[in-house]
Amino acid sequence: MDNFIPQIFTTSASLVDSVDRKLLVVLRDGRKLIGVLRSFDQFANLVLQDTIERIYVGDAYGDIPRGIFIIRGENVVLLGEIDLDKEDELPLRQVPVEEILLAQREEMEARQRREKLKNKLLHDQGFSVDFTETDLY
Amino acid sequence: MLFYSFFKTLIGQQVTVELKNDLAITGILTSVDQFLNIKLDEIRAVDDAKYPHMMAVKNCFIRGSVVRYVQLPASAVDTALLQDAARREAQQPTTGGAH
Repeated sequence: MDNFIPQIFTTSASLVDSVDRKLLVVLRDGRKLIGVLRSFDQFANLVLQDTIERIYVGDAYGDIPRGIFIIRGENVVLLGEIDLDKEDELPLRQVPVEEILLAQREEMEARQRREKLKNKLLHDQGFSVDFTETDLY
Repeated sequence: MLFYSFFKTLIGQQVTVELKNDLAITGILTSVDQFLNIKLDEIRAVDDAKYPHMMAVKNCFIRGSVVRYVQLPASAVDTALLQDAARREAQQPTTGGAH
């Protein structure tokens, strides 16, 4: 820990300007959370309030209200400041949660079928396919 | 420290950051820190249609640990200077090292 320069002495990419703003957080498992950033630390651990999980499938999206999140920094990919004007003009349509979850499951099954077929074809050609689903982003 | 200093010289330039999840974002580099976390302004996801969630986002903070590449304008880099700095750093590492 002695090797770390105190944040105040650097031109830091600090999140202090983003506090109390509505942010989009993309996680390593591919989830998109939208909430108000309340707090952070040097590991990019985050506290998000009034969070919704937004699921995108095709040209539609659905929201699941989640409440307060404490996110461990290692799972964070990026934080984006949501432009409230642009958000109103999205070419996407909002659908109820059940519908989007169904669509998401279908998309995932279609993707798994394609992967399975691809792996089979590769295997038949003599390739070794060692596919493990780990950090899928 | 070397790359932190190097990125500081590139603040204000347009760069493309490719992440480990294959998302590529173009934007203007506004700040960097000791962990090589990156802040970009006026961003545009390289493949807009594939990443609808990025549409309403103008600027972002990218955690350094998820970056795969940072693509820079060649004209912004003084390669001789960089080579010199790297040579000096190799002889006497300043901070960091094994994490």
